[in-house]
Amino acid sequence: MITREPEYFPPPANWFGLLGRRTLLTCRHVGRALIMVGEAFLMLRFVGSKRNRHEVLFQLFVTGIKSLGVITVVALFTGMILALQTGLELRRFGQEVNIGTAVTVSLTREMGPFMTAMIIAASVGSAIAAQLGTMTVSEEIAALELMSINPVRYLVMPRLFALLIMLPILTVYTNIIGVVGGGIVGQTQLGVSLRAYFDNALMYAANKDLYVGLFKAVIFGVIITAVACHQGFSTRDGAVGVGQATRRTVVISFLTMLVMGYMVTRVFYE
Amino acid sequence: MIRFDSVSKAFGPKRVLDNISFEVPRGEVFAIVGSSGTGKSVTLKHMVRLLTPDQGAVWIGDDEVSAARGQHLERIRQRFGFLFQSGALMQWLNIGDNIGLPLRQHTKLSLAEVDQRARRMLKLVHLDEEVFLKHPSDLSGGMQKRAALARAMITEPEIILYDEPTSGLDPVTSRTIDRLILDLSQNTGITSVVVTHDMHSALGIAGRIAMLSGGRLIELAPPADFIQSQQSEVQAFLDAQHIDRAGKWPPAKESQ
Repeated sequence: MITREPEYFPPPANWFGLLGRRTLLTCRHVGRALIMVGEAFLMLRFVGSKRNRHEVLFQLFVTGIKSLGVITVVALFTGMILALQTGLELRRFGQEVNIGTAVTVSLTREMGPFMTAMIIAASVGSAIAAQLGTMTVSEEIAALELMSINPVRYLVMPRLFALLIMLPILTVYTNIIGVVGGGIVGQTQLGVSLRAYFDNALMYAANKDLYVGLFKAVIFGVIITAVACHQGFSTRDGAVGVGQATRRTVVISFLTMLVMGYMVTRVFYE
Repeated sequence: MIRFDSVSKAFGPKRVLDNISFEVPRGEVFAIVGSSGTGKSVTLKHMVRLLTPDQGAVWIGDDEVSAARGQHLERIRQRFGFLFQSGALMQWLNIGDNIGLPLRQHTKLSLAEVDQRARRMLKLVHLDEEVFLKHPSDLSGGMQKRAALARAMITEPEIILYDEPTSGLDPVTSRTIDRLILDLSQNTGITSVVVTHDMHSALGIAGRIAMLSGGRLIELAPPADFIQSQQSEVQAFLDAQHIDRAGKWPPAKESQ
């Protein structure tokens, strides 16, 4: 059951009690979010069913197509900034032709998946938390449960599927646009021809970089779904609560993605 | 049909229900009245296990809903329709999709059949065909409640629970909702539990009225007896709403 009874706790006796309670509550939140997302994974077998098809397609559209504009701009300028910063330094040593490698490796390994996930967490993740939060406080989630409609299947699973599919695709798109942005700066400001730039880019970029980046994108998709949906379902206290759930979704998603990004990098590159 | 067996419930230090016991037989329109914060909605939510009692048990027929879980709970809940105070319509779905939602999720009916049934429900709650494709935000509060009632009815439940069905509505729309509740009960034999603080509404539709005060059940009687109650809280509640105690209010049998 997603709909939960309100809970009341007596005031803690001291700061140690407060710390202990916060820790336990945090563990419980994490546990509930993991159970919910685990259930959503099990529900993925219904992704093509008549009941869910419409919502799944809609979420794919919202996550993928509607995010393209902002992702294009961010990716283009990220690639351009990367190329400019590294290119100006490398030019001091006459090595500006190597900006292709610098931009491509940085983007595919780390910046592509992370930038894409940040944009999706801030736009799609916060929207998920706000929508589910509003539904929770206006009793729409309770109404679904009373109609014996499982909110995890009806609401979480389509969002999880959309993020699992779209984040890797958008990450590849970010990488491509970013590399192109770097190429433009290379040619117009650093005097590196497009051919030399792309030759250099492809020379050192390994398939592993791309795969690890895509793996990170999948992990980030799970994190955004778990955090946003759990925060939405845990919303209390009306409009104020919806605002807090939205803010927490963005903050917790960013922090968790940073930590997980580091851990994945460490596992694959150490 | 519905039985509360010494149910108590507290939220932290606040005791919301205190040893409540009553039964609602099949087909009855049962009203629960009382001031705000006396535990009316909490009582209603216990019937579908949105809340669980700290002590006591809630029975729906032979099923103890307060102990039900998983598929057992789902089966019990499928016997209910629930009209939330806010309507709780899905804001991103149009009215037709909202009404047909339970059928689309639980039956193999074609979309055309679901739409046809949804339109029939729309007519039953006296809403025009033109609202079918509108979204909830395009409708007035009264229309949203009627649409929500249509959604609650579409699965042909045995019991419909109404949480403040007339709150925030003008008197004319309120009486329309009252007539709907009464018609449903009389025409289909649905058991109805209505939580309200509108005494005119309760007296007009209920077979029996229960009054809660401070989490306790202080009165339970047919309308004609209810208005003659000697309980000071009941008298104060009736006086506050200018109820004519000499007036004729239907006894239990006539109201069903």
